[in-house]
Amino acid sequence: MAYSDKVLDHYENPRNVGSFDKSDGHVGTGMVGAPACGDVMKLQIKVNEQGVIEDARFKTYGCGSAIASSSLLTEWVKGKTLDEAGQIKNTDIAEELALPPVKIHCSVLAEDAIKAAIADYQSKSGSGDVAAESA
Amino acid sequence: MSVQVPIYLDYSATTPVDDRVAQTMCRYLSREGVFGNPASRSHVFGWQAEEAVEQARANVAALVGADPKEIIWTSGATESDNLAIKGAAHFYQKKGRHLVTVKTEHKAVLDTMRQLEREGFEVTYLEPESNGLLDLGKFEAALREDTIVASVMHVNNEIGVVQDIGAIGEICRSRGVVFHVDAAQSAGKEPIDLSNLKVDLMSFSGHKVYGPKGIGALYVQRKPRVRLEAQMHGGGHERGLRSGTLATHQIVGMGEAFRIAREEMAEESVRVRGLRERLWAGLSQIDEVYLNGDLERRVAGNLNVSFNFVEGESLIMALRDIAVSSGSACTSASLEPSYVLRALGRNDELAHSSIRFSMGRYTTAEEIDYAVELIKEKVAKLREMSPLWEMYQDGVDLESVQWAAH
Repeated sequence: MAYSDKVLDHYENPRNVGSFDKSDGHVGTGMVGAPACGDVMKLQIKVNEQGVIEDARFKTYGCGSAIASSSLLTEWVKGKTLDEAGQIKNTDIAEELALPPVKIHCSVLAEDAIKAAIADYQSKSGSGDVAAESA
Repeated sequence: MSVQVPIYLDYSATTPVDDRVAQTMCRYLSREGVFGNPASRSHVFGWQAEEAVEQARANVAALVGADPKEIIWTSGATESDNLAIKGAAHFYQKKGRHLVTVKTEHKAVLDTMRQLEREGFEVTYLEPESNGLLDLGKFEAALREDTIVASVMHVNNEIGVVQDIGAIGEICRSRGVVFHVDAAQSAGKEPIDLSNLKVDLMSFSGHKVYGPKGIGALYVQRKPRVRLEAQMHGGGHERGLRSGTLATHQIVGMGEAFRIAREEMAEESVRVRGLRERLWAGLSQIDEVYLNGDLERRVAGNLNVSFNFVEGESLIMALRDIAVSSGSACTSASLEPSYVLRALGRNDELAHSSIRFSMGRYTTAEEIDYAVELIKEKVAKLREMSPLWEMYQDGVDLESVQWAAH
């Protein structure tokens, strides 16, 4: 199967691979997917006092498109408010990476991952102190 | 010694045509060569082509201990499987309408069985043991009064395990069941002596044995005689079992490939087995790798390994310098892991993480060493990226995690 240059680039040189301390109050963790389905994505965001994502990390078990989707996502969310990050759509990711139809689920998983990470952060910090309740 | 990449380690998918085979084939195509229709009886062009076809038939028969009259040319093992199973089922359907096969068969057998089910036949799909081998007691128990055909492959295409077709044949013969064997992956690699086997029908492929693609053969036993209903109608070629002008160049190619295999098989399989052992010795040093299928009763050139916590497709992508195949059919929308590994009872993660390495005539020890180093490096890299590996390292029991299946 032919991969787009962008998928290959993210796959060969993945951005922001790694982990933050899950118990850190500034860190939100989203883990989505299932090994049985062949994809598991873990996305972590580090959020500052202003509700802006300062840093992000990922680890992904999955095909090249899943790895590229999560790598791209970590680039995109950095510097965004939680609200803005929550607006990222799977279609944006699929378009940027030129994913073929059979790989669209990889971008869906990435969207699920950022939503889950935001929700985790909000549940930890108490949803009142961030301006992203609509997300 | 330097290694040229990409390295071909997918001999179970297909093999390059041996130079000797290609040269032989070239003599049966153009005006200067033997281009006649082997069915032309009225001139020397036809006679020469017919002679070449019969010589090739004798070469194929000789490799597997058959009489040349028992060999029918087809377009490949898929067609042979179709002709054998549908042909026998249709011919013997007045005796019964039940067939038996195994879940790990090639799709050419499984899909043919599905078609017969649509026609009203009943099929039992047996589960192999966790090492991929069929339990003979379970096989015998599956045979019924109305069972007419059983189909069990000799060597499995994904995991390389060798079924005991001698014993299965004895059971079938004693119960009056027609026994078909798909030998696409075993001919030229495992010894086959049909004069001593109770096998009624056996499928062969040209391109798995350094012959050309698009040619195969079906062994149809004469004593005792097994009957088939033709699936392809026309000029009555091949004793009426398979009409269509014989592809002389393909046939002589397969004949030459089988002739070479007969001469070189014994030596070659020792050498290839050594390469397989070298590969496994290297890969088994990696943490959390699992061999799929029995190691002892296995064809020389196959190794199927699951790299736990690494997804197969991403590993194949990382291993661009070596041509291998993944059990995980991740390219399909269904995301189904290998049905063969599933039938062995492998869990989904391991089935998704499997790679088939298959080596053959032109594989070298240097290539194996290069592959081992590359795999070690890439598996480590992907595991660094794998949340499952991280959890495993942290002592998390992955079975106990509530996953959000998607």
